[in-house]
Amino acid sequence: MSERTLFDKVWDAHAVRQLPSGQTQLFIGLHLIHEVTSPQAFAMMREQNLPVVYPERTVATVDHIVPTEDQSRPYADGLAEEMMQAIERNTAETGVTLHNVGSGNQGVVHIVAPEQGLTQPGMTVACGDSHTATHGAFGAISFGIGTSQVRDVLATQTLSMTRLKVRKIEVNGELGSGVTAKDVILHILAKLGVKAGVGFAYEFAGSTIHDLSMEGRMTVCNMAIEGGARCGYINPDHTTFEYIKGRDHAPKADKWDQAVAWWQSIASDADAVYDDVVVYNAADIEPTVTWGITPGQGLGVSQNIPDVDAFEADDEPLVREAYAYMDLQPGQPIAGVPIDVAFIGSCTNGRIEDLRAAAAVCQAHGGTVPVSVKAFVVPGSERVKVVAEAEGLHEIFTKHGFEWREAGCSMCLAMNPDKLSGRQISASSSNRNFKGRQGSPTGRTLLMSPAMVAVAALEGKVTDVRTVTK
Amino acid sequence: MAQNITAIAGRGVPVRGNDIDTDRIIPARFLRCVTFDGLGEHAFEDDRLQLKEQGKTHAFDDARFQGAKILVAGANFGCGSSREHAPQAIMRWGVEAIIGVSFAEIFFGNNVALGVPCLTASAAEVEALQSAIEADPSLEMSIDVAAATVSYAGTTLQAAIPDGPQRMWTTGQWDATGQLLDGASEVKKVAASLPYISW
Ligand code: SF4
Repeated sequence: MSERTLFDKVWDAHAVRQLPSGQTQLFIGLHLIHEVTSPQAFAMMREQNLPVVYPERTVATVDHIVPTEDQSRPYADGLAEEMMQAIERNTAETGVTLHNVGSGNQGVVHIVAPEQGLTQPGMTVACGDSHTATHGAFGAISFGIGTSQVRDVLATQTLSMTRLKVRKIEVNGELGSGVTAKDVILHILAKLGVKAGVGFAYEFAGSTIHDLSMEGRMTVCNMAIEGGARCGYINPDHTTFEYIKGRDHAPKADKWDQAVAWWQSIASDADAVYDDVVVYNAADIEPTVTWGITPGQGLGVSQNIPDVDAFEADDEPLVREAYAYMDLQPGQPIAGVPIDVAFIGSCTNGRIEDLRAAAAVCQAHGGTVPVSVKAFVVPGSERVKVVAEAEGLHEIFTKHGFEWREAGCSMCLAMNPDKLSGRQISASSSNRNFKGRQGSPTGRTLLMSPAMVAVAALEGKVTDVRTVTK
Repeated sequence: MAQNITAIAGRGVPVRGNDIDTDRIIPARFLRCVTFDGLGEHAFEDDRLQLKEQGKTHAFDDARFQGAKILVAGANFGCGSSREHAPQAIMRWGVEAIIGVSFAEIFFGNNVALGVPCLTASAAEVEALQSAIEADPSLEMSIDVAAATVSYAGTTLQAAIPDGPQRMWTTGQWDATGQLLDGASEVKKVAASLPYISW
């Protein structure tokens, strides 16, 4: 069992007691909710006549169903409108803060909380959304939970949880040009697979990880769940503290030094014990693209789609299913695969640095998106949008043939009007390439970094971004 | 307290394949709802449609498996999103227990909270069970949750259930809210001990 890791320290600090079931009752420092997984939880609260115990420790926003074009109310989709009204009523009745559309603070829940300084090291964070793993970038322990557990947090500010094991994933060395945080995590997933993380928290460590900005770290932790790990985290350091300083909910004045001291104390000790350690080399990581139907089916952009015997025998049916569904052949180079749609956004890659990287590619390339491709950029939050527009990024995008949208989850999961149709294939900066994920039951998704999506859009096909940006 | 879940008896429904994610179990468009009612009929909707187009039948559409109570699935079943809509859809279709090679963690946790026992067995054992059900859909199976066994056709399969959830199901403590509420005074103490609560 792991000892003296950040996970152990944060877990112990938040453990309330052992439950009769043998699980641990764990205090949740920050609870985030959105419109999709909370209405049933509030309904259960009403049925059981339970009050929200710590309304100030729950924060709400709306993201999944929010349209990114016409946001006038009532929404054209009656079901989406009903969900909006439900979260508006539920938060108003219980005293939970809601960052609604037009407030200037709305956006994808995992972008909103960090940018407001709500997410801090040493916290436990829970949200009815699997990408809650994102918040681990700050050295928080963060869990995606189901709706019955959302009710438990609302009613008690705690969860019944089983302690996880800890796997340290070290990446060392300098990343090559054109290689980003997204490529690091896609590479890790391609190596470790999508099941290896079950029962584990992933501690991302090593010089490559600590050289990343907070935004890059969030991209890495965001996709821990795609490896099966319910939570991923990075020990807080100077970069973390600098990011938090001055944000709306950051500790102020005399509290700041006290906070930094505590944050430093909860980092994994140098002699911490892990249940498992794996080590990767940054020099081995290329711009990475998925070719299949799980985020673990990825490869370097210069490589060919692997043959079925490159995989474990167990995986054979899934690999064959992936070739058939994607209509891609083993041995075929991934570069050159034509795309129909390009999507830049989501909680994985919808932050300002992501948009800057994509805009830089547009300028370096100089061309415009061909008419055969629909390309659009969706800022992850209203704040990201404001900053991007102040920097003129929206003008760069529109000049190069991209649409510029309002904040939301958009085509990451297509619960809103942004969807693939038929067999369309998208280059997407999001996190899941599951069958049907982007709104068409037969639609196809290639995951890659925002820079790689931008160049794919401009070329109309999967292209190595390093051919554009030297 | 919720009811004790000690035994489930009924026919099985096999859903073959590994890494079946929650987007496949319940596509996102059915998440546009404020209650879980009616989700049962949409379980595996897109997989069902696709197979229909290919002239094949998904187990959930197959007349022989209607009324089945025990789902038999592959490895990493329920991976992907945290949506409780997925186990809710399966449960509302009529499933009362799931046997698989392995389960994604959030999905497993959701099933704990819903009172749907999930048992694991080796890939070979699960495959044998799926084949047995396909050969004879009328096969009656019974699960003993406390013993973690599955009995069918005169054989008894020793499956596995982690201790905590097993106890929660068999002793009716799977609905955690009541237990969590009992700890209210200790919760206050922990909250007071955390430095960030007052920042
Ligand atoms: S952007 Fe995608 S992954 Fe992130 S919260 Fe929204 S739907 Fe989920």
